[in-house]
Amino acid sequence: MVLITRKIEFSASHLYHNPALSPEENRRVFGKCNNPHGHGHNYSLEVTVAGEPDPVTGMVLDLKELKGILEREVMQRMDHRFLNYEVAELKGKIPTCENIARVIWELLDPRIKQGRLHRVRLYESADLFADCYRDGASA
Amino acid sequence: MEVKVELGRRYRFAASHRLHTEKLSEEENARVFGKCANPYGHGHNYVLEILVSGDVDAATGMIANLADLDTFVEREVLDVFDHHSLNEDVAAFRDMVPTTENLCIEIFHRLKKFPEAKLERVRVEETSNNTFEYAGENGREQL
Repeated sequence: MVLITRKIEFSASHLYHNPALSPEENRRVFGKCNNPHGHGHNYSLEVTVAGEPDPVTGMVLDLKELKGILEREVMQRMDHRFLNYEVAELKGKIPTCENIARVIWELLDPRIKQGRLHRVRLYESADLFADCYRDGASA
Repeated sequence: MEVKVELGRRYRFAASHRLHTEKLSEEENARVFGKCANPYGHGHNYVLEILVSGDVDAATGMIANLADLDTFVEREVLDVFDHHSLNEDVAAFRDMVPTTENLCIEIFHRLKKFPEAKLERVRVEETSNNTFEYAGENGREQL
């Protein structure tokens, strides 16, 4: 099995706020991420696909195809957007790194036909990231 | 199909160490550890990367509260190691060579007590060229 990874970057804004909690609880749980007008990050996304290289092309999957999937599913949906208000898949969810990574996994997994989605890693900053795997699979 | 989500966090600390063991002669120490055995030690800017897993809380969207995780890592690791001599200031390294392999294992044991999530893996960069990982005794076959 060979792993192939493609990286893209997008910029987006978000805020953490749960309407079920009081303003004081929101502030306590989410800290400055609860600031009402939001803030933004340069997100970096690494998408890893696992598979056997095709005997004719030598490729696990055509990277151009993966690039197109990432453009349609992630860039057009999230780049330069306010994640809370403009991304339907995140409505009603706190747009943490964990939740955004899971939404991206669920968007990409059914679209990848050659090879199999292995890992989604989303960096919110160089020091904070979330990984998604198929449950039961090892890193 | 369930998706497993893990949270990764990176921290930095600077510390000195000397690779030397009394179980070997001075000549053997010099041969095995090279300049890392120089008597007064030397230091690195270590980068610590940890991965924790758990259910993503529906109310907060988080596996673990980041402020709680940072406070725990600061108390258990950064306060103990940062700007210290690993050999002299960390009890575990009185009788154990403070290689970064052993440092990974020591950090794993300190952080696995974090109550809010399961520690999956510890990765330490000693320099940008040397990286070490430990995922516990039953760690993953494929890191």
